[in-house]
Amino acid sequence: MKSRSKSMKLLPYLLVAPAVMILTIFYIYPILYNVYLSFFTWNMRGPMKFAGLNNYIELFKGRDFLGILSNTLLYMVMDVTLVMVLAMLLALFLQKNTFINRFIQTLSFTPNIISLISVSLIWMWLMNTDTGLFNYLLSLFGAGPVGWLTDKQVALFSLVLVSVWKSVGFNALIITSALGSIPAHLYEAAALDNASKQSVFFQITLRMISPTLFFLILMNIIGSFQVFETINIMTQGGPANATNTLIFSIYKQSFEYYRVGYAAAMAVVLMAIVGLITIFYFKALNRRVHYR
Amino acid sequence: MKTLIRAPGLVLRILISVLLIVIFLTPFYWMILTAFKTLGEVLAMPPKFWVQSLQWQNFKDAFTRIDFLHYTRNSLIITLGTLIGQVLVVVPAAYAFARYDFKGKNGLFGTVLATMMIPGQLIFLPIFVMFAKSGLLNTYVSLIVPFIASGTAIFMLRQTFMQVPDSQLEAARLDNAGEFKIIYTIMMPAAIPTLSTLALLTFIGTWNSYFFPLVWTTTDAVRTLPLGIQRLQDIEGLSPQIVMAGNMMLIVPILIVFVVARKQIIKAFTYMGVK
Repeated sequence: MKSRSKSMKLLPYLLVAPAVMILTIFYIYPILYNVYLSFFTWNMRGPMKFAGLNNYIELFKGRDFLGILSNTLLYMVMDVTLVMVLAMLLALFLQKNTFINRFIQTLSFTPNIISLISVSLIWMWLMNTDTGLFNYLLSLFGAGPVGWLTDKQVALFSLVLVSVWKSVGFNALIITSALGSIPAHLYEAAALDNASKQSVFFQITLRMISPTLFFLILMNIIGSFQVFETINIMTQGGPANATNTLIFSIYKQSFEYYRVGYAAAMAVVLMAIVGLITIFYFKALNRRVHYR
Repeated sequence: MKTLIRAPGLVLRILISVLLIVIFLTPFYWMILTAFKTLGEVLAMPPKFWVQSLQWQNFKDAFTRIDFLHYTRNSLIITLGTLIGQVLVVVPAAYAFARYDFKGKNGLFGTVLATMMIPGQLIFLPIFVMFAKSGLLNTYVSLIVPFIASGTAIFMLRQTFMQVPDSQLEAARLDNAGEFKIIYTIMMPAAIPTLSTLALLTFIGTWNSYFFPLVWTTTDAVRTLPLGIQRLQDIEGLSPQIVMAGNMMLIVPILIVFVVARKQIIKAFTYMGVK
């Protein structure tokens, strides 16, 4: 009996061990290992040379990295703003549960389950300067042609458009489900008070779904920092580095220039940014829950 | 009178609805249309919005220009491997987190949840180095194992396992059923809806996976279909009809699954967004 209870004590550890080990090996350890690599100069073949903070100094001294960082931030701001605003409008538009609304909701969600490479290839073809559909449609109105992916003023925004098309339906879906969970009695009470449409929207609707909105904003920020597929397929970081963002640049530095330490240092900076935003989010969340 | 007053609003609604349908349908329509065109029709300006005859040849070309079967087989092996691995790893862990109290449980579960917040694409480089040093580059293992301990899956299954009534467990324990028998005969059947939802999410995610098969491989040996389609773009980029035909063959399996399990997939994604 005793040995059984002893093994029973060990059992839960055995049950979680494989999962915890894999998560440690492929999440926790690589984060530390990445920091370690960032202090070395290494080309993946020769010996590793300790470099102290040199990689970081080079990052912030060189003009390249600041350009890449500002591209990434610009992409993030455009992407998150457009996705959130359009998803909110779409969700409000589709609020009534009718056949046609359900159809549009399903349709707008579909791009979300298609691989980003497929989406990128389709949009690259649509955005082709000479034979693409978009420039043909513009020409009907006497406008264009626009160098969607070849004009350095436009290319980053074109990538944002692709991302918005892909994810707006998913975000709208989440917002719709949050809207549906607002208790009806709040609206009834507001109607009794003769509250204006505006104040109902701001005081009830927006306030009740704000936790969902903040969560989506966080998810979209983290997601947009990781933009890679569209860039690798559609622009290769060009024209003139206009769409060179962090993950793409880490990829290039690693596998094209073999500058492991430098690439790792970039990843550390991005990790720190994402970490700070996440911590800030959870702090804000805690405060909300406390004072409510 | 009333219909007259309502008319402008209704017309606007219909207009916006049509516009939305056009926006979300056009890229798909353009892909399908292009895949059936001749090269001449593809390059025609103004573009043709319909085709004279369907060019099935484009699909044959896409199929033979790249080793389509090779990439598809890799995609299937990795998808299946990930599904099986997830069941083996995630189910016991979720069971322990749901049904046992043990020292360090909260810390361990917190770690599991924390990994859900770590963007995996940020740490591809250290993992690449790890694979290179251990000789695991260009193996199926490297594209399966990192994804089988999914934090999301553990979290979702734990929620489900917690809802199984205690009485069922106690009855089984009185019968001297071993823990694995309990998992197999009580927990898994109770979690079939959750498990199938997770299987759908894993299938979609793994089938579409492009980034990790790209950065963790140096040869074509284990590369997946999305990488094959990119290869098609590299060699046949000047023939959009062939690229789009290949692209369709990548998308169709996902669309079939989506049509069949639409409600379940939408529910799963909604759940992930509001958890």
